[in-house]
Amino acid sequence: MVKITFKVNDEMGLHARPAGMLVKEAAKCTSKVTIQKGEKTGDAKRIFNVMSLSIKANEEVILLVEGEKEEEEAAVLEAFVKENI
Amino acid sequence: MEKATGKSIFKGIAIGRILFYQKGEQQVKRVKVEDTEAELKRYEQATEIAVGQLNELYQNAVKEVGETNAAVFEVHAIMVQDGDYVDSIRNIIETQQVNAEFAVATTGDNFSKMFSEMDDEYFKARAADVKDISERIVNILSGVENSGDIGDEPVIVVAEDLAPSETVQMDKEKLLAFVTRLGSSNSHTAILARTMNIPALIEVEIKEEWNGKLAIVDGYSGTFYIEPEEEILAQMKERQDEDIRNRKLLQQLKGKEDITLDGKKIKLYANIGGVKDVASVLANDAAGIGLFRSEFLYLEADDYPSEESQFLVYKKVAENMAGKKVIVRTLDIGADKQADYFQLGHEDNPAMGYRAIRICLDRVDIFKTQLRALFRASAFGNIAIMYPMIISVNEVKKIKEIVELVKKELDVQEVPYGNVEQGIMIETPAAVMISDLLAQEVDFFSIGTNDLTQYTLAIDRQNSKLDNIYDSHHPAVLRMIQKTIENGHKHGCWVGICGELGADPTLTQAFLNMGIDELSVSPTFVLPIRKNIREMKVNGAPEL
Repeated sequence: MVKITFKVNDEMGLHARPAGMLVKEAAKCTSKVTIQKGEKTGDAKRIFNVMSLSIKANEEVILLVEGEKEEEEAAVLEAFVKENI
Repeated sequence: MEKATGKSIFKGIAIGRILFYQKGEQQVKRVKVEDTEAELKRYEQATEIAVGQLNELYQNAVKEVGETNAAVFEVHAIMVQDGDYVDSIRNIIETQQVNAEFAVATTGDNFSKMFSEMDDEYFKARAADVKDISERIVNILSGVENSGDIGDEPVIVVAEDLAPSETVQMDKEKLLAFVTRLGSSNSHTAILARTMNIPALIEVEIKEEWNGKLAIVDGYSGTFYIEPEEEILAQMKERQDEDIRNRKLLQQLKGKEDITLDGKKIKLYANIGGVKDVASVLANDAAGIGLFRSEFLYLEADDYPSEESQFLVYKKVAENMAGKKVIVRTLDIGADKQADYFQLGHEDNPAMGYRAIRICLDRVDIFKTQLRALFRASAFGNIAIMYPMIISVNEVKKIKEIVELVKKELDVQEVPYGNVEQGIMIETPAAVMISDLLAQEVDFFSIGTNDLTQYTLAIDRQNSKLDNIYDSHHPAVLRMIQKTIENGHKHGCWVGICGELGADPTLTQAFLNMGIDELSVSPTFVLPIRKNIREMKVNGAPEL
């Protein structure tokens, strides 16, 4: 399992647009991708799961990537998150 | 005449007939089905059609309102196909053996409830998105057209609520304004209204009987006039004409230089009170930000804002301004601006009290936090800093010592920062009188005319009994400004005005004559003042 930690820079938090982008990106992975904020977790391939975490600006978020191609897929996700979120 | 009030989404005036818009809202009935397989199939097909429609809407919206605002439809397409949403619908069809319409409507209700119970205003407003996608699927299932048909005449659309998809599909030529009972200023519909420049009111107690009546939407005051009186109608028409004139001005002057007929370039900047105002600065084509009031960071918080949270705000503004100057005024709290956690206590004469730089030099930790955030942000744009309420050279020297300390700390920590211009507000008669000395210490002066007038004339700004003698054109005030400019220039400082006087068109010529270098005004005054500057010459004697 590979862990990616990031912070949401957008002042509105992880709102619909970036959440949608993240879900689209995660959906491309063959790995299981879990999104975690504090105690709460959700499936990063499901937009309502992601949005229900109500992630706000500056909050720390963790993505857990688990699967056969976890290394390379996590690298892609990390680059995506850095660039877009 | 009838009057209703609401929250305004876009400042503008619209005059026209009301169209009471009712969507083909479906009363979804629960119907038992035998063949759940076939029902699932119907649902899957409807989803496919919905995704197709949303993709098409997205393509159209990109052309009309840009990619960022169109993204809502892309997100809707993702929502329609969301695993949880689909699972819930399938599950209801299978276990309860009911029709797809009912399963979609029930799931839509449940999911929108989840959002409306969230504690964040933005996420709360997403309940409307879930409703919108669910209605779309139900409409497809029951063969109802998703339409935004508002007829052939220009109308003010009055509705219970409007989904973003409906707003986008309405013919923009015919849509004068919209007025809804529900909705939030965070809703996508509201965002679209702003982008499309359509006056809009929400939270209005609407009535069906208004249908067909003449009405006025006043987006400035949030008022909706139904069957308006002649007088109001005339007044609003005038205001509308003014808007049209301003818009023309915008088209003529956008992208033009702020330069006088005889070739002097003026820095024409805008004043802002928060990140949200940056859009308006850019829309009105200001060359920079001449006064970024940083107080809001403190006033909106329950406790001292951290370095990190301040840094992110300054960085964002600097980045959005893309290399244009951003002059941030350090904390100017006290007097009429109070935050509980500062525990400032009651003062009999707060305008002359413990405020602004006086607090910062006394509670250096608060000041240092802000300076660190500002210097860090300076690596991401063109940030300048100015200090309010200065009365002595000693204060400026102390500030410079603290600034040096902050820079050293950042150097040790190898945190990058840019070249930050340092200036002071000239808003006390004391600062004017020693402006020759102050000018040797800093890079620029910015004259705060509101306080300068209050202190020069010894008139409390808050006392309405004195309004009739509060004269900001008083020769004493104008001479203060002139002296400041002269002394600034003698010692290599550029000098600007960021108070309300800077936006007074009757004084532009006088300021040019005095040799002013910069004017910072509310975003909406940028273009009118630009027009002034471009029609004037610098030479000519000021009448003082």
